[in-house]
Amino acid sequence: MLRVSEEAFDAGAELAAFEADAEGAGAIVSFTGLVRDHASGGKVKSLYLQAYKPMTQRGIEKAMSEAKDRWALTALRVIHRTGTMAPGETIVFVATASAHRRAAFEAADFLMDYLKTEAVFWKKEVTDTGEHWIEPRVEDYEDRARWQKV
Amino acid sequence: MAQILFFGRLTEVTGTPEETLALPASVRDTATLRKWLDDERGLGGALMEKTIRLAVNSEIVADPHPLNDADEIAFMPPVGGG
Repeated sequence: MLRVSEEAFDAGAELAAFEADAEGAGAIVSFTGLVRDHASGGKVKSLYLQAYKPMTQRGIEKAMSEAKDRWALTALRVIHRTGTMAPGETIVFVATASAHRRAAFEAADFLMDYLKTEAVFWKKEVTDTGEHWIEPRVEDYEDRARWQKV
Repeated sequence: MAQILFFGRLTEVTGTPEETLALPASVRDTATLRKWLDDERGLGGALMEKTIRLAVNSEIVADPHPLNDADEIAFMPPVGGG
């Protein structure tokens, strides 16, 4: 299940719903990403996420189907916010379910690396020193490269 | 008329998220569009940067990709969410 939306969401409620969907799985892994309150540009006032639907959705769907091909997942959920968010709000939620923990851990890690470097979003931080568009860091691309098939 | 979209920092560089314009006869591919639009708006090369990718009708393309006057053309700086 994928949802890209401007609406705020409760990661705890999403995890509870996912657990119900994934009934029978031996392992569930979830990741919640929050808006930081400090960045290199100073104290964060807000974060703005821009998407290009339908390209954004199509790309994430493709990454989710790659995850299902690579790991034995029984359920998968990705939720991503767009629009303006305050520090502490949830930006992203990824949950995976499998018979055993390794597949669930790896698939969640793989999906987060995709979301950080390839998902079609643009991110702007508004801090006390001004507005800054944020692009992926070298480390983000290195993390993503770990999943390349040789 | 072509629909041009500017994402991320390009929204501020160009002063608009999108515009509709008639492509001149000389602009029939993405490479000439970059150059023409950059010159036209006096952007000093912002649309020519290698890290700016173009999508035509929401598919990423490599320069030079043919263009039609009814296309939706997006200028996309490096992406990343999470």
